Amino acid sequence: MLEDLFSMVKVRFNADQTEDNRKKTDIPKGLLFKCPRCRNVTLADEFNKRGKVCPNCNYHSRLSAKERLDITVDRGTFREFDKNMISKNPIDFPDYEQKQIALREKTGLKDAVVTGRAKIYGKDTVIIVMDSNFMMASMGSVVGEKITRAFEYATRNKLPVIAFTASGGARMQEGIVSLMQMAKTSGAVARHSEAGQLYISVMTDPTTGGVTASFASLGDIIIAEPKVLIGFAGRRVIEGTIKQKLPDDFQSAEFMLQNGFVDMIVDRVRMKRVLSHILRMHNYTGEVQSK
Amino acid sequence: MSELTASQRLDIIRHKGRPTVNDYIPMLFDRFMEMHGDRLFGDDGAIMGGIAYFKGTPVTVIAQVKGRDLAENQKCNFGMPHPEGYRKALRLAKQAEKFHRPVICLVDTAGAFCGVDAEKRGQGEAIAKNLMEFMTLRTPIISIVLGEGGSGGALALAVCDELAMLENALYSVISPRGFASILWKDAAREREACDLMKITASDLYDLGVCDYIIPEAPGGAHNSPEQTANNISSYISKALERKLKKGLDELVNERYNKFRIVGEFNEDPRSDK
Ligand SMILES: [Zn+2]
Repeated sequence: MLEDLFSMVKVRFNADQTEDNRKKTDIPKGLLFKCPRCRNVTLADEFNKRGKVCPNCNYHSRLSAKERLDITVDRGTFREFDKNMISKNPIDFPDYEQKQIALREKTGLKDAVVTGRAKIYGKDTVIIVMDSNFMMASMGSVVGEKITRAFEYATRNKLPVIAFTASGGARMQEGIVSLMQMAKTSGAVARHSEAGQLYISVMTDPTTGGVTASFASLGDIIIAEPKVLIGFAGRRVIEGTIKQKLPDDFQSAEFMLQNGFVDMIVDRVRMKRVLSHILRMHNYTGEVQSK
Repeated sequence: MSELTASQRLDIIRHKGRPTVNDYIPMLFDRFMEMHGDRLFGDDGAIMGGIAYFKGTPVTVIAQVKGRDLAENQKCNFGMPHPEGYRKALRLAKQAEKFHRPVICLVDTAGAFCGVDAEKRGQGEAIAKNLMEFMTLRTPIISIVLGEGGSGGALALAVCDELAMLENALYSVISPRGFASILWKDAAREREACDLMKITASDLYDLGVCDYIIPEAPGGAHNSPEQTANNISSYISKALERKLKKGLDELVNERYNKFRIVGEFNEDPRSDK
């Protein structure tokens, strides 16, 4: 299932990297953004101000968890949960600890998800944001545990959950323990749902594998950003099976919408408004005291 | 029990004569009646479901089908289910809940099928839905991995009150082949991957995922399908006895906790919340 997912994700999105920018010698690095999709060049300031969306073709670049929170929640309202949780090495996978130490240093993240409580236009919500900079946001013990706890907290405190998903799938370095996180998180979603609370899943680039096959697909409402990759199996695995090339829009947000697995596609610039409207329509109107 | 390596066990579960659910179902159950279709799209030959008696008790059986020759394998798609297979499983599980029948899942798949139609019909959503619904299903669920437990495609029938594995069965997050091709860019190093991944019944017992190991006939189930079926049968008897005496709230809570506790992490005690 994961076989070629990682390479697929790379092949399709490596263009996002700033290789093109680096080649430019006349302009200092970082001042300009060249869109990997339409090749249009924009001032980096302009690009960043628009939430890293290309003003020419509406290309939605990936965001870090911090960037996502900055454009989604009311300033100063985010209270992070479990921020010091780090993974052990359940199957004694060679070099797993070292790899994590290096990544923690490089990304400033402890693992691939940030969870907490925040306000969106004054309305309280639990929020989950995955960050693909950390091992392609694969789901291991920490991702599974933090997401489960976030749902359990929301269930206890009668709060909605908004999850921005992004993941290459299961974290194979944690073996079967990683697979079990799919069941664990889905169980926590079930309890939150049985308690009558709202869960909005926002699929961002890329939402694949074991995350698609668990909590990401279980939202009461499922939103996707435009053109993002959403799927279960790796594209190259499928191409290998059918012995032919797949069309570019295969496993895109639009493909999922057309096939009935996404409720709506929402541009990043409108996302916060849309989320707040949905919260309001479900009677989440303001402050909820935590227990 | 012998101390075979994971790759030696891989050879055993790939033995041409290894019994499949087609062999086991008549030996384990009486009057098995197969029920077809997911009522939404079609009928998937990779998952067989139905109702039967187990030693006099009506049960729902949901089983992943592998073939032994090309004709059989074409019918069951080499044991790799499409979304409609998982949706059929869910339909039958919900029916079991309604009529207070325990569910017995027999797991044997390399994984959920990876194909264009499977994606179009929502393979991810179908598996996710099963994980969520099986977790809260108000009737006992016993899952037994017979041969291969391949990733999410196996897990979709393995959210259960007790997970048992046949002695030589393997259960993994990704196929050893897939693991080797990601890690070393070389799918041919499958056996090496197999031994690194901690995927045998006893590995999974140690990791708290597998609850019981069912012995096979000496040398592997193919040496005596009858003897192996007897061992499975006596396991199912005991498992049902353990689970049928529990109240449904207790049962469902314990199932949640069975999965809830899996995960290995450290946290700073000063971490907030
Ligand atoms: Zn563009």
